[in-house]
Amino acid sequence: MAGRLMMESGPITGPVVTDATAGETALRSPDLSGVPAKPDPAADELGGTFWRRFAFRRPLAALILQRLGLSVGLLFAVSLMIFGGIEALPGDFATTYLGQSATPQAVENIRKDLGLDRPWSERYLSWLGGAVQGDFGTSWASRNSVSEQIGNRLGNSLFLAFFAAIISVPLAVGLGMLAVQFRNRLPDKIINVISLAAISLPEFFIGYLLIMFFAVKWGVATFPATVYDSMGFTERLSAIALPVATLVLVVLAHMMRMTRAAILNVMSSAYVETAELKGLGTFRIIARHAAPNAVAPVINVVALNLAYLVVGVVVVEVVFVYPGMGQYMVDAVTVRDMPVVQACGLIFAAFYIFLNMAADILAILANPRLRHPR
Amino acid sequence: MSDYKDFLARQVMLGKMNRREFLGRAAALGIAVSTANTLFASSAAAQEPKRGGHLKLGLEGAAATDSRDPAKALSQFMFVVGRNWGDMLVESHPTTGEPVPALAESWEPSADAATWTFTIRKGVKFHDGKELTIDDVIKTLQRHTDEKSESGALGVMKSIKEIKADGDKLVLMLTEGNADLPLLLTDYHLIIQPNGGTDNPDAMIGTGPYKVASFEPGVRATFERNADDWRTDRGYVDSVELIAMNDATARIAALSSGQVHFINRVDPKTVNLLKKAPTVEILNTSGRGHYVFIMHCNTAPFDNNDLRMALKYAMDRETLVQRILGGYGKVGNDFPINDTYALFPEGIEQRVYDPDKAAFHYKKSGHSGPVLLRTSDVAFPGAVDAAVLYQASAKKAGIEIEVKREPGDGYWSNVWNVQPFSTSYWGGRPTQDQMYSTAYLSTADWNDTRFKRPDFDKILLEARSELDEAKRKDMYRTMAMMVRDEGGLILPMFNDFVNAAGKTVKGYVHDIGNDMSNGYVATRVWLDA
Repeated sequence: MAGRLMMESGPITGPVVTDATAGETALRSPDLSGVPAKPDPAADELGGTFWRRFAFRRPLAALILQRLGLSVGLLFAVSLMIFGGIEALPGDFATTYLGQSATPQAVENIRKDLGLDRPWSERYLSWLGGAVQGDFGTSWASRNSVSEQIGNRLGNSLFLAFFAAIISVPLAVGLGMLAVQFRNRLPDKIINVISLAAISLPEFFIGYLLIMFFAVKWGVATFPATVYDSMGFTERLSAIALPVATLVLVVLAHMMRMTRAAILNVMSSAYVETAELKGLGTFRIIARHAAPNAVAPVINVVALNLAYLVVGVVVVEVVFVYPGMGQYMVDAVTVRDMPVVQACGLIFAAFYIFLNMAADILAILANPRLRHPR
Repeated sequence: MSDYKDFLARQVMLGKMNRREFLGRAAALGIAVSTANTLFASSAAAQEPKRGGHLKLGLEGAAATDSRDPAKALSQFMFVVGRNWGDMLVESHPTTGEPVPALAESWEPSADAATWTFTIRKGVKFHDGKELTIDDVIKTLQRHTDEKSESGALGVMKSIKEIKADGDKLVLMLTEGNADLPLLLTDYHLIIQPNGGTDNPDAMIGTGPYKVASFEPGVRATFERNADDWRTDRGYVDSVELIAMNDATARIAALSSGQVHFINRVDPKTVNLLKKAPTVEILNTSGRGHYVFIMHCNTAPFDNNDLRMALKYAMDRETLVQRILGGYGKVGNDFPINDTYALFPEGIEQRVYDPDKAAFHYKKSGHSGPVLLRTSDVAFPGAVDAAVLYQASAKKAGIEIEVKREPGDGYWSNVWNVQPFSTSYWGGRPTQDQMYSTAYLSTADWNDTRFKRPDFDKILLEARSELDEAKRKDMYRTMAMMVRDEGGLILPMFNDFVNAAGKTVKGYVHDIGNDMSNGYVATRVWLDA
């Protein structure tokens, strides 16, 4: 996937190229209007060859540059989609926020105060202007700085995701390798059944089960998992024990099964057979010969799950009363608090884009053949 | 039997039963007199409030978007937060609903009830040490009556024409007479703030029993006891912690595992399970909130009173109270007032499910074909189920109701008050006048039944400035009958407020004013370790 994207997205870096060669036309992003469908031989000689040479010598740097450019474009598209989406939702901020207790006078006051009577394109552009400079504005509902609040909430979300990740990723890869080693024998079957059960149960149900046994029946775990500023580190750790356990159970199976499948796939190749004929032990074959070659798909699925741990855990946050980003965004959507929704949406999109990029780069590092796609 | 013993003990604690009565009932239970005497003594002793401890409440209704400014408080969570740190001029009596003094010591209306004079309490200090002055009061009320204000109390306050000081007394001049003015000032937005909150509305500085220690919107709020409180009969614990818990199951888990002392909004569907936990007590209070089915009186086919009557008789109210509220509520009688209001019109016959009468009116109306009812679970909990039950009971009267489930998102903008027949809810209002003025006056902003009757408006306005209670009660009776027999409102039930607390929580007051002991739960209860 990485390779194809790289080739197709060539023109995106047009400005960079012309910048070096064609002087002042550079700033006018000529690739949109000036570049003909068929590559112009002259341009090819000036810019194209430079880019090709650069991409050939520094394939990784070229890839990262291209993906960064693409990411920025994607983020703009996302912001436009979020804005349009909220615009299309029934009800606006003033009526939704005041709810049934609103009087037309109060509604009118709020609309005027927030400039909701202006056309949407104007509001979008002024918001975008601020966001580019890192200023997400103030929340319509609470009138607090969005950037400040997000800093707090994002920190909480990352804290939870970090611990879930450092437990689940090694565990999943380890269990995957174990399952391959005992392929179709009892340990493999046990691992499969348990992971399938975990993946089949909705996360809120797993959460409720954990709460019922560990908090209500046995009283050994902390609940609710509310964290706040003045809390000590160990207190925080004990507060997030149950949500982390839930998240680990939810993402474990996915990664574990992918690891198992990828390694099994490699196990059928000729060089593994050679290793077997050399008389190497099963575990050594898996660890030294099969696993490194199976790493690309595993990295991809790990990246997806990491992104999920940051942006997809709303339900877990609600069940465990954990003040993270998901809960923050849901609160904001409910009252159509645009600045907050937009900021959350952009940050979520940035996480997905960044993690996918990191996955592609890591996959290429792990498999040098991907650096020069044909 | 032990349940009943607990009940008796509780009655004693609440001061609802004296020793003689208690002994009599205990004897009926077969409890020896000496045992009963000790029991009475311990129950009576338990009504002495204890001070100290850390009270934790798990509450629904908080959001990251909550504002610190009391003018913009809307959620259940902020309602309790405000009651903890602030005071209004007037409070309402927990069981009679009459106005009682708070920051205003006393008040006096003019003969036409259009000018009111309030005496403001002296020697009250704000949390920052500044003394409360009449200036603070005036500025606060001005902030909430300003036309440009975003205050949730704007609708209540708009009849106030002028606010001024007469020496050390507060004088309020109204555009028209209003006998209920003191009760309007109990609105939870109207917390008196230093300088009216004009310099910093978000400061959360007030005269309440607790000082705000920390506040994180949508997460948590903590409070410490205000040592300089001007009252001694409240604020019993040293510190209070409110935790935002929007998930019903999380609240129940937190209460049954002893992590919090009190939770609000217990789902009627799970209340019977929660009741089985030995450490938990269900606290249900009858309230003024009601679940409604609303028809537009000016839109076909509902512009026909016979059809409206048919639809009223076709509803099985008892079943709805049992199935939708789990029994935690009371049957309604198609007007928006119940006996928790002062001057409730007694003796109006209860309307019951009567398929024959429904069929009679339906035939007389000349209508045929299905009637379309729009609903959604955001209208009230269980609204869709209620609509389906209604469909079944109406079918027995030969009336076909088509239930259409609408998306919850946007229900309040696109369906309620727009479509001719839909489900909805109303929270209570402090006075009958306010309830009728909000939704049944011809010119009301939220006249969601399109009930437009000049004769009704006339009585409503007359009753507003009538200071003679007997006459006023009579007027309210006439109005109730008009809404009941000619209006577009079908009101099957008034819902109880269902909360739950651990057994160590004592002194909970069942306040008819609003949910969670009218928001005062944390200031009224104490912990019995």
